[in-house]
Amino acid sequence: MKICIPSKGPDIQDLVDERFGRAPYFIIYDTESKMTEAHVNSTAGAMGGVGPKAAQFLLNQGVDSLVTERVGGNALEALKAGGIMVLLYEEKGSTVANAITAFLKGNLKEQ
Amino acid sequence: MTTRMKIAIASGKGGTGKSMVAANLAWALAQSDRVTLVDCDVEEPNLHLFFPPDDPESTDVQVSIPAFDNSRCTLCGDCAGFCAFGALVVAKDRVLFFPEHCHSCGGCALVCPAGAITEIQRPIGTVTIRHLSAHLSLVTGTLNEGEVLGVKVIREAKRYAAKPGWLVCDASPGTSCPVVETLHGSDFCLLITESTPFGLHDLELAYSVTSHLGIPVGVVINRSDGKDEEVRRFCNERGIIVLATIPFDRWIAAVQGSGDLISRVDPAWKERFIALGGACRSSVGGT
Repeated sequence: MKICIPSKGPDIQDLVDERFGRAPYFIIYDTESKMTEAHVNSTAGAMGGVGPKAAQFLLNQGVDSLVTERVGGNALEALKAGGIMVLLYEEKGSTVANAITAFLKGNLKEQ
Repeated sequence: MTTRMKIAIASGKGGTGKSMVAANLAWALAQSDRVTLVDCDVEEPNLHLFFPPDDPESTDVQVSIPAFDNSRCTLCGDCAGFCAFGALVVAKDRVLFFPEHCHSCGGCALVCPAGAITEIQRPIGTVTIRHLSAHLSLVTGTLNEGEVLGVKVIREAKRYAAKPGWLVCDASPGTSCPVVETLHGSDFCLLITESTPFGLHDLELAYSVTSHLGIPVGVVINRSDGKDEEVRRFCNERGIIVLATIPFDRWIAAVQGSGDLISRVDPAWKERFIALGGACRSSVGGT
């Protein structure tokens, strides 16, 4: 299973970004291989529609769950239509590594 | 010979009296000339409130949006990949369309390799035409609630108004795309300000836009309390002429508040607004 965390940097010790569509990086963690990949969010600086664009990127990457602090209405609709589960992680100023741990514990609430 | 003169009324700051000047100017000039007044404040048009009710004609303003033939769509994702505005998302089993992000470029239909996309029309607003007198028409652009493409409605309203005579276009406040669209193609712009630090601040912003567009301007100081030194200094430094000053006056406020026009009620104000129109025309070398 692949999970995605919007991040301020490319490393799992970097902080979780509080935004989804405008986060500079997406970190994708594979729960089976325990590998992480960092992807630059190439549409973070676009004028509009960044939520749907980010959702499309996650769909193309085969992500199963998004762990995020916040997600907009259009992005949420696109993620749900694509079968991606959206889990809210509201711990402020936390690292990506902590977000992954919280996900693995299984106590995140679905949006 | 009929005058052909396009005047835009702008301000930067809201509430300075753009609509008041636009309506009075149009009314006064229409006593002897053909005038079309265009309400380009499409998110909250209100110029029609100055004129008695009549029987307006309305036309929809439409934009093209994609329609999908699911039997042809292969979910290849080319359309979403092309869309610069995030209006399309291709999921595992369907295409999602977010119409409010669509800029109607038609690119998705062009790139679709399966021929699954056609374009259909979607209304986003209206243009309403009122024939107020033999000489005066009012064209009102109205953007539907929740829509974002105000520029398209302004463009259509101005297109309906393209006639001989005076064209007076009342802009929305601010300095963004709708204002630029209103100013586009104008011969002259009247910048309305007031003698407050806020009026001056936003006058400077509005002037930076008209300068960038290369449109000559004149200033009207509205609700003047007589302490207009800062505005006049700004205008002097840039060689901008102050074409009119309207005092902060209880009678004017009362006429305005009742939905009437000072140029309609008082012949002296009618003459002043006719002179203001003449001054605009002279400023650009017209006769």
